[in-house]
Amino acid sequence: MRASNLVLLLAVAAMAACGGSPEPEQPAPQPTAPVATTDDAAARRAADEEARRRAAEEEARRAEAARAAAAGLMGELTSVINFDYNEASVRANDQAKLDRKAAIMQANPNLRIRVSGHADDRGSDEYNLALGNQRAAAAKRYLENKGIAAARIDVISFGEERPAAQGSDEASWAQNRRDEFEVVSGGDNLAVPQ
Amino acid sequence: MAVAAVLASAGALQAQDPNAANDAIRIGITYQPGTRPGLVVVPTSGAEAARDILKRDLDYSDRFQMIEAGAGGAGSGGTFNYAYYRTQFGAQHAVEVVPAAGGVTVRLHDLSTSKVRNQATVALPPEGSAGYRMAVHRAADEVVRWATGTPGYAASRIVYLSGGRLYRIDSDGEDNTTVTPAGQSAFSSAWAPDGRRIAYMRLESGSIMVMDLATGATEAVPGTTTGQNYAPAFSPDGRVVAYARSEEGGATNIFSANIAERCCVQRLTVRGFALNLSPSFSPDGRRIAFVSNRAGSSQIYVMAASGTDQELLVPYEYGSSGPSYAPEWSPDGANVVFHREVSRSPQIFLFDVASQRVKQLTSIGRSEDATWAPDGRHIAFVSDRTGRRQLWVVDTETGRVRQLNTAGAARIPSWSRRLGG
Repeated sequence: MRASNLVLLLAVAAMAACGGSPEPEQPAPQPTAPVATTDDAAARRAADEEARRRAAEEEARRAEAARAAAAGLMGELTSVINFDYNEASVRANDQAKLDRKAAIMQANPNLRIRVSGHADDRGSDEYNLALGNQRAAAAKRYLENKGIAAARIDVISFGEERPAAQGSDEASWAQNRRDEFEVVSGGDNLAVPQ
Repeated sequence: MAVAAVLASAGALQAQDPNAANDAIRIGITYQPGTRPGLVVVPTSGAEAARDILKRDLDYSDRFQMIEAGAGGAGSGGTFNYAYYRTQFGAQHAVEVVPAAGGVTVRLHDLSTSKVRNQATVALPPEGSAGYRMAVHRAADEVVRWATGTPGYAASRIVYLSGGRLYRIDSDGEDNTTVTPAGQSAFSSAWAPDGRRIAYMRLESGSIMVMDLATGATEAVPGTTTGQNYAPAFSPDGRVVAYARSEEGGATNIFSANIAERCCVQRLTVRGFALNLSPSFSPDGRRIAFVSNRAGSSQIYVMAASGTDQELLVPYEYGSSGPSYAPEWSPDGANVVFHREVSRSPQIFLFDVASQRVKQLTSIGRSEDATWAPDGRHIAFVSDRTGRRQLWVVDTETGRVRQLNTAGAARIPSWSRRLGG
């Protein structure tokens, strides 16, 4: 097929996959009545039924798309960021994740979140509580610098007390060095950032 | 052998002491590792439960070569068979525990002079009741004092964290009991010097609570009802609690509060970007050892109790020493125990304050979070050498280690002083 058609096909597919802003669909073709009838009222009733059915389907499709969009936003809002050993600075390739969280919070002014900081189990138990606090504070500072009010972001540390992975190896430790983000309030009907 | 120490014991006992003259020479023995006096606990009948607890306490004191004796030595009601115990076992001491009205009589025999060195009748609550074991532990500590001049450490308890709850366990590993209620997550804890209270952090609220152990009543330490506050430490007079507080912006700093007057929260370390935590008071109350990463690597610092004169306490090799954590000052002020990473694994270290020497105490697995027994010689710490984190006790004189049999994983222990009646 021609390249432009391929691009168009992919664009449509992409839009469908993202649950992006729903375009009104082409109306389904009218069922052709094979029998001629002089009963216009019956025909009108059938047409009304059809229109209602299509409207309900359309509504369901919009609702589903909105739910998928909200789920997608919630996923982005609560995605984890990780840290290097004994470090509390936001990694360069986590900045995009935080930018996206900031955008969602900008689009949803009632949204309040809690950042929890975590550490792997090296260091002392108490030091890890302090390090977790540093990590949560770093994410909060980043979001504040993107214009999110401090009052909308709670901070807590769990140190090494709530590990994501149980092992004592590099892979587990890397997973445990993290910030988690959870919604405190205002997380219903999330609006998509423009 | 130092004679000066004789004064310490002379008037201290209610016990009968028929050999005061001999004590002038004996009491001052300086303990030599490897040359411990032999001691036999005589298999008398009628007070087996108390005898077994006491015998184990004497063993765990690590000050005696414990010698097993069969029956057939002590006459019941007759004279003590000194010759038998001296020749059969080559022991220096023999201990009898026999029933008495309301408790037991504990008798320490000196086998080289064939005389009763000391004895006491100890009142005991009914066996199995609250207080029974601790009363026997106190008797054991007295026997150690009669024999060596220094009391044992048996009458003490360790509080530790397991599965989010605080437990307490006797120094011999028995009587493991919950302290905090289910449904609350606790974190690090500290004993008050009077042995009647503990301070601990509640993880969900971030506050530090002081709990009266007899009633279970709790009260928050001033300044800790907001934010995250942890790592409590009592001043030696029990009136002040120092703690770490994590602040907005990411720093952690050390504060203190007067819990006797319920006021007077003070900042001890300055607001900056460093992490300052894990305070521990010196026994004279004048200084506080703590952890700081202000120079890059986490190391052990010291300051005046008012927060002035902050400086490095434990030396380290910049760039090659591992990070150090969890300092605790010994009861006699001579040492600070801490843990430091060696080849990425934490090990227990001892810092001698006078000589400035640093000595490594452990080398197996991961060892951390050490706390002093009240004798200033034994240390409890967390080790994963069995595959999961559990409490172990090490004798800094002989190097002997024993495991405290806690059921679940055990962390962040705190050892009490000697517990009174």
